[in-house]
Amino acid sequence: MLNAHSLSPARVARNVVLVVLFAIVVVAGIFAFSAGASDFHGPSIDEFFPKAVLFAGTPFELNRIMLIRLLVVVVLVLMLWLGSRNMQVVPSRGQVVFEFLLNFVRKSIVIDTLGEKDGKRFMGLLMGIFFTVLGMNLTATIPGLQIAASANVGLPLVLAVVAYVAFIYAGIKKFGFKYFKNALILPGVPVALLPFLAILEFLSTFIVRPVTLILRLLMNMVAGHMLLVLCFSATQFFIVTLLFSGNFLGLLGIGSFAFGMAFVALEIFVGALQAYVFAILTAIYLQMSLAEEH
Amino acid sequence: MIVGQLAPLAFGLAVIGSGIGVGIVIGKTIESVARQPELQGRLQGLMFLGIALVEALCFIAIAVAFIPFPVPGK
Repeated sequence: MLNAHSLSPARVARNVVLVVLFAIVVVAGIFAFSAGASDFHGPSIDEFFPKAVLFAGTPFELNRIMLIRLLVVVVLVLMLWLGSRNMQVVPSRGQVVFEFLLNFVRKSIVIDTLGEKDGKRFMGLLMGIFFTVLGMNLTATIPGLQIAASANVGLPLVLAVVAYVAFIYAGIKKFGFKYFKNALILPGVPVALLPFLAILEFLSTFIVRPVTLILRLLMNMVAGHMLLVLCFSATQFFIVTLLFSGNFLGLLGIGSFAFGMAFVALEIFVGALQAYVFAILTAIYLQMSLAEEH
Repeated sequence: MIVGQLAPLAFGLAVIGSGIGVGIVIGKTIESVARQPELQGRLQGLMFLGIALVEALCFIAIAVAFIPFPVPGK
């Protein structure tokens, strides 16, 4: 009775299909690396340092990723401006989507973490961070762009610096110099342990926090892009190089293509999740700076 | 002779620990939300803070690959 649902034929069939697909991709990868190592080009880190397109040689040189970032900024500004320009009491279909997104950030990220009063102060900052990261991440799967604008250290670095400055500013504004005492010295700790704990707190608050903000976003987008490139270049290798020259191992390309499509869906999900995580962590760090006592 | 990098291996080892840690944090949060659904907002914040702390270790493992350690015998 309890397990009747989990043993239904459709479910079993789906699991079998998934396992078979996975096996196909594993075998495909092994063949790709052994049999056709001379022909197969896997992704490398050079993906993220494309050639300059405009103004090469000057400090303002623009490559593909920079152009995508500029495009995202223009699209974001236009969407937010046009979306909020003509708000009706009875919303149109577009306005419902727009209000849902704004309300989600407002309620579940900002107000829930910071509270009503402080939330209003930092609403603009956190909205900006959320929508910037979201827009920049989603370009990973848009055909023609196909790389996350945040897959290069520049953008996560700038956003993390903004968050870093914001939470230190919030603490100093509220407590003055006492903020550093609050942040470093924990109440109720034996005096002998205080210096060690202060060093640990310093590391975790002022060094590990911004560095992990950068690396979390950057590495998620880099790894996602690598997976997509691997799947689709394997597909291209199997179908075009092997199958068209009469080698039936090329049919493995169907499996690698299916997994590539699955990873596209995963990439969209990860992009949205990382935007949420970046914004909520910034909000939590702000809240910890503003908290009275530990 | 086998030639390669050890850094991915180090990352893999670090991920075992933080994977278990993140699992415990999220699982316990789900448990507590099931007990007291009205605390969900606050618990979620705490959960992300805990995840950020635990995950930091595996990000440090990534960064270790880029630190130029001196190689003995060179």
